[in-house]
Amino acid sequence: MKDTPLSNCERDFLLKAIEEKKRLDGRQTYDYRNIKITFGTDYGCCFVDLGKTRVMAQVSCELVAPKETRPNEGVLFFNIELSPMASPAFEQGRQSELSVKLNRQLERCFRNSKCIDTESLCVVSGEKVWQIRVDVHTLNHDGNLMDAASIAAITALCHFRRPDVSIQGEDITVYTPEERDPIPLSIYHMPISSASPSFNRERICCGSM
Amino acid sequence: MAGLELLSDQGYRLDGRKATELRKVQARMGVFAQADGSAYIEQGNTKALAVVYGPHEMRGARSRTLHDRAVINCQYSMATFSTAERKRRPHGDKKSTEMSLHLKQTFEAAILTQLYPRSQIDIFVKILQSDGGNYSVCVNAATLAVIDAGIPMRDYVCACTVGFVDETPLADLCYTEESGGVSSLALALLPRGGQIALLQMDARLHQDHLETMMEAAMTACKGVSKVLDEVVRQHLQEASALSRD
Repeated sequence: MKDTPLSNCERDFLLKAIEEKKRLDGRQTYDYRNIKITFGTDYGCCFVDLGKTRVMAQVSCELVAPKETRPNEGVLFFNIELSPMASPAFEQGRQSELSVKLNRQLERCFRNSKCIDTESLCVVSGEKVWQIRVDVHTLNHDGNLMDAASIAAITALCHFRRPDVSIQGEDITVYTPEERDPIPLSIYHMPISSASPSFNRERICCGSM
Repeated sequence: MAGLELLSDQGYRLDGRKATELRKVQARMGVFAQADGSAYIEQGNTKALAVVYGPHEMRGARSRTLHDRAVINCQYSMATFSTAERKRRPHGDKKSTEMSLHLKQTFEAAILTQLYPRSQIDIFVKILQSDGGNYSVCVNAATLAVIDAGIPMRDYVCACTVGFVDETPLADLCYTEESGGVSSLALALLPRGGQIALLQMDARLHQDHLETMMEAAMTACKGVSKVLDEVVRQHLQEASALSRD
């Protein structure tokens, strides 16, 4: 199903209101909506509410073989799912432009900024490293998915604990949470994205539908 | 890579350039007879080919027709032999789609789409050899191709990638400099009005340095625009000389 288009009078109303520095929900031009963060029962699960936009992030880890070009670094994988639950405009399975844009933004925000120490995720150089997978699910789309997704991703990464590992010669032992306390990831800094669209020379912060 | 000095004490970079020096630009327009517009550009060792078809009737998804302007459809691809390691790149992968979206965004800002309602303009760009600054070279190639196709634009769209090392901005990064973990900024500019079509930054940079990097990027883009202007005028001269005979 396509996005319902905005009628001309609705669009004119919006633009006129923005020129007078008024927004649809009564906010000022640079005001953010209320952010509420709640955590789930597992380590690495968190829900973020940005006004009515709701997003869930879940972090999981797995031991995999590292990339050939980077044998002593762990792997970070981000995936954002735009499910039809969030908005009738999203279709199941199809990778729309928005989905690619959000995925690449998340990757750039976290992977390229090197906010997580990937070398600490190495277990056996060249053979086994931790692959940290962050899955972000959109539950309700009321605008500004990018900011909500980035907050959810970094919060979930901070909340996450990976299992402890020990190496004896050739054997790798992964301890369960009952045997040994799981270890948090080493995060250098917390990148947060902030969307700031501008309408005809007027800038507003945190777009909402 | 540890030990690789991106900027020496005397101010020279890995390939002997100074910090604000651009790579050598060589370009040709009208390389394909079949396409409406085409251009080939070499910026240092990065080589890109751009082809433009249009404006023509909407093909494919008729539902995406816009009643008041043209739809711009961009496709970015890299040849398998473009990088040091031969790598087969599938067409729909995330990085190419993202680049295509960025190119589309850039040209939607520059092309006067209001003049061609209910039609489509296709821009295809292919990187033949990749040595850093892929996005910028693509934008420059596409600008020349769009001009060759005779599609009206607000201004030249010039792009350049700028890096930041040792408190100095480096203009027009090559591959070794880009992959050295340097924070890089790609800027697509409409030089006459100083309007930014696209600004993209990777890696961390302190807020205070942003101003300096932006300045350097704008100067570099203006330099590129002079070169592109030369190329267009020369091409026109050659074309008019041929038609006179």
